[in-house]
Amino acid sequence: MTATFLRRLYFTIVALFLAAPLIVVAGVSVNARQELTFPPKGFSLAWYGQIFADPEWRLALIHSVTLAVCSAAIAVAIALPLAWFLWRRIAPWANIFQVLGLAPFILPPVITALGFLTFWATVGLFGQFFTAIISHAIFFVTLPLVTLSLGFASIDRSLVEAAATMGADDRTVLKTVVLPLILPYLVSGYAFAFVLSLNEYIVAYMTIGFTTETLPIKIFNALRYGYTPTMASVSVFFVAVAALVFGAIAKFGDIRRLLGAMSSEGN
Amino acid sequence: MSGLDINAITKAFGNFIAVDNVRLNVPHGTFVCLLGPSGCGKTTLLRMIAGLEEPTSGAIVLDGEDITPLPTHKRNLGMVFQSLALFPHLSVGDNIAYALRIRGASKEEQKKRVDELLTLIHLPGFADRPVAKLSGGQRQRVAIARALALSPKLFLLDEPLSALDAKLREAMQVELRQLQQRLGITTIVVTHDQREAMTMADLVVVMGHGRILQAAPPIEIYRKPADAFVADFIGITNLLPAEVDSAGRTTILGTAIPGLAMPAGVTRASVSIRPEDVHLGQPGSRAITGQVTFVRDLGGTIETFVEVGSTSIIAVATPRERPNVSVGAKVGVTLPPESCVVLGS
Amino acid sequence: MRREAPKSFADYTPLLFPGLMLVVFFVVPFSTMIAVSFFKRNPAGFYTPDFVIDNYARFLTTFFAGVLGFSLMLAVLVAVCCVSIAFPFTYLLTKRSRRAQTLWLVGLLSVLSLSEVIIGFAWSTLFSQTAGITNLFVALGLMDKPVALLPTFGAVLAGMIYQALPYTILVLYPALVRLDPTLLEAARTLGASPVKAFFNVVTPALRNTIVATLIMVFVFALGSYLLPQILGRPRHWTLSVLITDQAIYQSNMPFAAAMAVFLVLISLALVGLTLLVGRRENAL
Repeated sequence: MTATFLRRLYFTIVALFLAAPLIVVAGVSVNARQELTFPPKGFSLAWYGQIFADPEWRLALIHSVTLAVCSAAIAVAIALPLAWFLWRRIAPWANIFQVLGLAPFILPPVITALGFLTFWATVGLFGQFFTAIISHAIFFVTLPLVTLSLGFASIDRSLVEAAATMGADDRTVLKTVVLPLILPYLVSGYAFAFVLSLNEYIVAYMTIGFTTETLPIKIFNALRYGYTPTMASVSVFFVAVAALVFGAIAKFGDIRRLLGAMSSEGN
Repeated sequence: MSGLDINAITKAFGNFIAVDNVRLNVPHGTFVCLLGPSGCGKTTLLRMIAGLEEPTSGAIVLDGEDITPLPTHKRNLGMVFQSLALFPHLSVGDNIAYALRIRGASKEEQKKRVDELLTLIHLPGFADRPVAKLSGGQRQRVAIARALALSPKLFLLDEPLSALDAKLREAMQVELRQLQQRLGITTIVVTHDQREAMTMADLVVVMGHGRILQAAPPIEIYRKPADAFVADFIGITNLLPAEVDSAGRTTILGTAIPGLAMPAGVTRASVSIRPEDVHLGQPGSRAITGQVTFVRDLGGTIETFVEVGSTSIIAVATPRERPNVSVGAKVGVTLPPESCVVLGS
Repeated sequence: MRREAPKSFADYTPLLFPGLMLVVFFVVPFSTMIAVSFFKRNPAGFYTPDFVIDNYARFLTTFFAGVLGFSLMLAVLVAVCCVSIAFPFTYLLTKRSRRAQTLWLVGLLSVLSLSEVIIGFAWSTLFSQTAGITNLFVALGLMDKPVALLPTFGAVLAGMIYQALPYTILVLYPALVRLDPTLLEAARTLGASPVKAFFNVVTPALRNTIVATLIMVFVFALGSYLLPQILGRPRHWTLSVLITDQAIYQSNMPFAAAMAVFLVLISLALVGLTLLVGRRENAL
């Protein structure tokens, strides 16, 4: 009984630690007037409306969503053929591309960001919006690469052999067997890249920070030049989007498997 | 020439020779079982016939055409995998129609063939079920139907029944054999279960260490095993040492067996005799004397273990001919010469 | 299907696009950065091509040594705190129902994906005088009046642990969820209490995993670029913050690049160490 109690207490403390800052931010975001107080004084959802109504915040939102939609798509477009090739072929030297795909995510983000800054400055494209899209695609290619590699590894190779015995060539196998089977992994990879791109600050800042504001850049700028509860409402909005996307992955896929549990059985 | 010709096929994985210079002719419409312990090369041989492995040397000829260079998808064969390999994202019907669909067959054509095949495997009306909702035996049948969808020239099965429980497996063996006889399709099954091979095959091919040790009809394999390995692998047998004594008589365990002749020039050899051919009676000068160490009464059969010196002999009898023996008793073991097979070394 | 070696050029075509993208937009930028680290600063533009080692020579100052020492110390502290909290937590998590695990994983991923800007803002709010946690203490009668808890070292540490904890749990999760449960059951049948079994069986069995996780969290914490700036004072700035500061606000790209190259070397050395530890674990 004490063991159960201690376990519950431990889980509660960790949960509180993780939730406390978000609870306060959520509270602050519904303040009636423009002030930073908690518990909130009055109740208003106006600051959520601001995200869409205020032209600056709305523009930042549009930038962020455009960036995330496009860069996640390119990240998947890079990861899919690469993961397929690594699964289909024996070519040990091709693993170098896998390392290249994993490196941007493992290295401290400042380094990747600075690499992009020097590169775009050198080729004279610094500040163009598309440079941020490409930079994010490279920065987050790791996520679809990992989920897709997991997806390919989960395909029983005898399925492909069975398709071949029934007359399917490589292209038909890819279209009728492989792609349908890895679709959930492809979607999760895209979703991971999308959510992280939406939240990313330093790479976006170092590529287009001087010319364009994404939501995280806008929050940071606002943080330095004075407080508005819209920052809080945007933060809550971000948490909600992330929880929604990951919740959907968990509902329609197997998130435990994606995060490294061997199989979907157990418990 | 009609049928499948396996012409001096060899497959090496690095230094390991998985299949070693195998030659085999399978006449059209024959049911062949490739039988052997794991690692004997039977699955590799099957996969080479399917085009899933490339032979290191040799040729595979089907109805006079050399198919060795053809990729799997151009060989027109049906195959059932050990894992069954049913597509989890497709329904039963779509699994069966797969080969037709990728060839662009019309929807009506697909549906007609699926219904035909589902009737053939006694699962009518199952077309729209998801594969995951099927029982083991049903999945088995669907895999078979899917492989037969295009009426292939060759029907290959890799340990197809290994996932089923014993009772269902026996029933499926009979069903598979009947299906093959009805369709008259050349069929090759890989198995390590000798009962399965005996049940289904026209031709049993026993393999060991990448070579064919014996290829013959089941009853011949059982009655006339080519060597000790085959004799021991197929069913239960007694392997006894035989030698020619100074008087020229063939003796087993010191007792002369009149009528048993050794090949010319051979003085020592192994003799195989099936347990059901061993007779037990009163000790006497014409029988080998031994002591009963254990009696296993299985209801349908009775197995008696007799020890002669350091050699153990098993005798099997039906309850009707129940020998009157008990543990510890001395018995006389009679070996009919016509049932003894002198094995080559 | 057999995996085959590529035979013709056509077999390589799937590699074309990914290879091109990764080389042009990762290898080239990275190399550019290394090149720039040897260039000269140009206050009017970005830099002037040259070959100087001045940027690296600046590492030899006491100021830089102080920043480096602080960065490493902070990252070690964060790594140790996170692993000590996360290891028993993750272990207990893997013992819970699938549904509970999924729920927690969704929550952890949501926090992990949060922008460092948002984490910084959230903690600065939590530690502020007007909306902070001290208001709660006042309400409970624990304090007389609310105070601001930042900028302080404690605030930086709390923020960074918050950022790295979900990461730590998710790194530990695969190893713990795959841990053979019979190992623990065996210990229990031999008379060990659950707590004893955890420390005597689980922890030693996963010693290498713990070491590898410590290193990964260390590298992760080393990358934190905003929290020390938002929650701390300038003396709490880390190498990552300094790089950002030099590149953006001081417009000294060559020096920023030199520091980045240095940070890469440290990180690579540690990632290499992780792989080595991981390999030894697999060999066991």
